[in-house]
Amino acid sequence: MADIDIFKSDDPIAWCPGCGNFGILNALKRALAQLGLKPEDVLLVSGIGQAAKLPHYLRCNTFNGLHGRALPAATGAKIAGHDLVVIAVGGDGDGYAEGGNHFIHAMRRNLDMTYLVHNNQIYGLTKGQASPTTDKDMVTGTTPGGNFLGPEKPLALAVAADCGFAARGFAGEIDHLAGLIEQAVRHEGFSFVEILQPCVSFNKVNTFAWYKERVYVLDEASYDPADRAAAFQKALEWGDRIPLGVIFRSDRRTYEDLAGLKGAKPLRDRNPDKEKLAGIFEEFFA
Amino acid sequence: MSMNKGENGLCDLSVRIGGEAGQGMNSISSLLGRAFVRHGLHVFIHHDVMSRIRGGHNFTQIRVSSRPVTSPSARVDILVCLDKNTLDLYKDRVAGLVLYDDGKVKESAPAGPKFLALPMEKIAEETGGSARMANSVASGALAALTGLSLEPIQDLLAEIFSGKGDKVVQANRECARRGYERMEGKREGLPVCDLPSPGKGVRKRMLITGSEAMALGALAANVRFYSAYPMSPATAIMEYLASKQKEFGIVVEQAEDEIAAVNMAIGAFFSGARAMTGTSGGGLALMVEGISLAGMTETPLVVVDCQRPAPATGFPTRTEQADLLYVTHCAHGEFPRAVLAPGNVEQAFRSIGKAFYLAEKYQTPVFVLGDQHLNDSSWTVEPFAMDGLFTKPQSLVSERMLKDMGPYEYSRYEITDSGISPRLLPGTPGQVLYADSDEHTVEGHITESAGVRNAMVEKRLRKLAGLREEMAGPRIFPDAQADSYLVCWGSTLGAVEETVRGLREDGANWGYIHFSELYPLAEEPIPREITQKARLVAVENNALGQFCKLLRMEAGLHIETKILKYDGRPFTPGELREKLEKGKG
Repeated sequence: MADIDIFKSDDPIAWCPGCGNFGILNALKRALAQLGLKPEDVLLVSGIGQAAKLPHYLRCNTFNGLHGRALPAATGAKIAGHDLVVIAVGGDGDGYAEGGNHFIHAMRRNLDMTYLVHNNQIYGLTKGQASPTTDKDMVTGTTPGGNFLGPEKPLALAVAADCGFAARGFAGEIDHLAGLIEQAVRHEGFSFVEILQPCVSFNKVNTFAWYKERVYVLDEASYDPADRAAAFQKALEWGDRIPLGVIFRSDRRTYEDLAGLKGAKPLRDRNPDKEKLAGIFEEFFA
Repeated sequence: MSMNKGENGLCDLSVRIGGEAGQGMNSISSLLGRAFVRHGLHVFIHHDVMSRIRGGHNFTQIRVSSRPVTSPSARVDILVCLDKNTLDLYKDRVAGLVLYDDGKVKESAPAGPKFLALPMEKIAEETGGSARMANSVASGALAALTGLSLEPIQDLLAEIFSGKGDKVVQANRECARRGYERMEGKREGLPVCDLPSPGKGVRKRMLITGSEAMALGALAANVRFYSAYPMSPATAIMEYLASKQKEFGIVVEQAEDEIAAVNMAIGAFFSGARAMTGTSGGGLALMVEGISLAGMTETPLVVVDCQRPAPATGFPTRTEQADLLYVTHCAHGEFPRAVLAPGNVEQAFRSIGKAFYLAEKYQTPVFVLGDQHLNDSSWTVEPFAMDGLFTKPQSLVSERMLKDMGPYEYSRYEITDSGISPRLLPGTPGQVLYADSDEHTVEGHITESAGVRNAMVEKRLRKLAGLREEMAGPRIFPDAQADSYLVCWGSTLGAVEETVRGLREDGANWGYIHFSELYPLAEEPIPREITQKARLVAVENNALGQFCKLLRMEAGLHIETKILKYDGRPFTPGELREKLEKGKG
């Protein structure tokens, strides 16, 4: 295991005291160290939101782009530099609302990268509006009469999209979460980790205590994440009991493999081939 | 050969082939065009198509000349009607001959010496066993009517159908022969000029579209990643590059939308590969936030906007130059950018390399403006020169700078006089970089500091001065001062060039000023000795005179007289001349 301090950033943290993001940050650092990676090996790509600030609080290459657009930027970066370990990070508003379309297509492409979604079921950066995962009947700034829509089920979406690796962690279970992130990075293909995260400022319903009462870790001996039908059932489980762990796995061939990138020189290191270029006009001669 | 022979002995012939979408007008024009280019002539093929796959009315017009042609002609010498509609629409406007399928136009068959009946589909069915071979019958007939011999058509048919077996080749050749024989000797009434024989002594020339030229320009400039969402008329660039992925080791990714396309290209360029995207105005609208992202994160980006008539869906398959003020100003906030607007296929090829050079050196978005006319038309040109293609990576952190740096000391947004901060690529041993869409510190972290904000805004905008220096000035013709000039940009060059040539041949002292690199504009975009003495007339394929507005806004230059066209069709030299003579100019 590499020294965890190598990932320490000098940038002062701007999250609220007690925010679930601190646990996620620690788990991610621990996972990177457990994987034996160096800061320059990793590219963190984020959008906008409280979660999307996370890359600044680590020492890794960072592209902090637009709200909802972490995945396409990460996709381009990974295709051009498939030698990098690419991890996209964002929240539920960023990933499930603004970036929902990209989420579906990133799973379809199955690039070998990891996507961490901090799901606190509320908009934090903009001070407490409903998100796609806000529980039914919850009162927020934009749902003063209570949220009459129910939450979407991102993990069920992942099972439907034949996502390479889909898991759920909890910001209050740092060891377990670090292990999940490590597995996600190791999985060859698109790895999605939804992380339950209390928002101490704007979500007074889904608190640390609320989650603690409900979450349980899946028994690896009895639960098989390769069973897609069972995974779909498990992905829908939400209420008194909320499962944590690897919900679904699919060993579909990766984009890199299918596009002929695997084992080849990264696109960004390729130079013009003068011989081939000399012949580019041939097919246009009348 | 039966071509219109001008007073100076030049040949200039236009053949219009009309029919429903899917009837194969393009196959005939491409075959005929190649045959003429093999004979040393110049060809310009332009497509007037509706936005549908079958039915409707489309035409392809092929213009052949003994000297370079870069615009369509309004005059039609030979009209080929693959359906009745074509005959009804144009029969009265044809100066020369009308070839029509009398198997399809039964009622009220036209009479008169200029109407030539040929049952093309029937011959194709009898001879080749398929109505689809009517194209070969038409090609043979056109060879006879234009004075070509049958051989070049037969040769090309053999080349085109070689993959489909001998039987198909022979059937098509037989169809062409029958078409040729039926029309032999029927080209009376048209003046004759010599047709050079193909092969020896004839220069090898290309027949290439603007989209293909841009795609080749991208390959030559070491593009490695192209992400886009299909949209006419930009899709041909994507399809050509997609067909070259394996051979050239590039990746073309069809994005879920233009938002993804632009963000992917930005991610890929951030990673260190030359990346670009292409679209039309509507797709660009979705990309606009990404354009601003490239400006703020100082990530190089090349965007091709193939313009088409708008607003909204507009005329999807037609042409316009109405995105100029849009690309010079789109996206929130203030940041530097460059806009190039090639006027022909040669410039289209070179513009992509220049765009990559500028984008990489100044770490900011660069636009290349095409349009349906430039991108879809086929042009006859010499092979492009392969020098000065700007393949060398620009403004990266040097090995020496890295040696002098302690571990993890690199700062992405170093304040410099030029505004350009040396760029590190992710993965560089012992260093990391932070790029941010928020206002950021020198290190790339989020800040709210007023002082840092001022320093960063000023740093980014300093790059404009450098960019302005890099812009090529306009092409001014003739060298000596003319009395009057047509001022134009982008794809109107061809029609303007030819109009000026005609005016000068008739003794009028006209010239033209063509801009292919538009923004940032020079402080004095047109030399003072011209603006003080000569009359200027702007020619633009839009309704508001957008380049005139840009000249006024950026350089205080006012052009009063404008010839504007916004019907979705390109200018022809004839109509431009007519408008000038009517006193519009």
